Amino acid sequence: MTVDDVENRLDRAFTALGDPVRRALVARLSRGDATVNELAEPFPITKQAVSRHIQVLEAAGLITRSRDAQRRPCHLNAAALEELTSWIDTYRLEVERRYRRLDAVLDTMKEQEK
Amino acid sequence: MNETTITAQPGTPFVDVVREFDAPRERVFRAWTDPDLVPQWLGPRGLTMKLFAYDARPGGSYRYTHADERGEYGFRGVFHNVIPNELVIQTFEYDGAPNQVSLDTTRFEDLGDGRTRVHGRTVFSTIENRDAMLAGGMEHGLRDSMERLDEVLAREPQK
Repeated sequence: MTVDDVENRLDRAFTALGDPVRRALVARLSRGDATVNELAEPFPITKQAVSRHIQVLEAAGLITRSRDAQRRPCHLNAAALEELTSWIDTYRLEVERRYRRLDAVLDTMKEQEK
Repeated sequence: MNETTITAQPGTPFVDVVREFDAPRERVFRAWTDPDLVPQWLGPRGLTMKLFAYDARPGGSYRYTHADERGEYGFRGVFHNVIPNELVIQTFEYDGAPNQVSLDTTRFEDLGDGRTRVHGRTVFSTIENRDAMLAGGMEHGLRDSMERLDEVLAREPQK
């Protein structure tokens, strides 16, 4: 898999998560699988609107739906979420390294001030 | 170990970074703004940093490059405001993405007992630009990993 593939997938995932309803759906699914009806219940929007949000999350690879024709419960794709986290983690690593060097510079300055 | 907190909420153009340092506020501020000290810590590991200007005063400007065997990457900006030991507001632009200017606000908070908390907020011109910057970090990280893997593989005895 190329870096571009990863980036395209991350773009889709982050765009999908740019919406508060979809973030709430992901949060709900992190507690367990649920059907569209169950997911729609707490929201003051139509079931059709929730269905569309679910399609966006599905296209972004964040959730999968079983082939069980009647219920078709939604399932959170934990691996895809983990990828988002590790993406942030790489940036964190870069920043962390920079600040550890700053820690060292500050220590040197302390010695010189003595 | 002082932990770095990075927040990049989806759907916003912000990156917030909070970090504490075991040094008084005056010293942290000096390391942040002194052109002799900045190259010692700013910039990714393994890249050579060259500082051409770093005039941390209101209206002053800065310019530096990072170089590795693949080439040189230039960065520049202007200090919009600098209040000693308290605040630095500066623009940031990467030569490879001209006119995509982000704004960095850094606040230095005195925690007492010789400790300082630094709050940084970067505001990007668009959410897409922010995500591209973060993804750039990812690309760099991936490349590092691949190179480390190469090293490991090179050390493995041939069968």
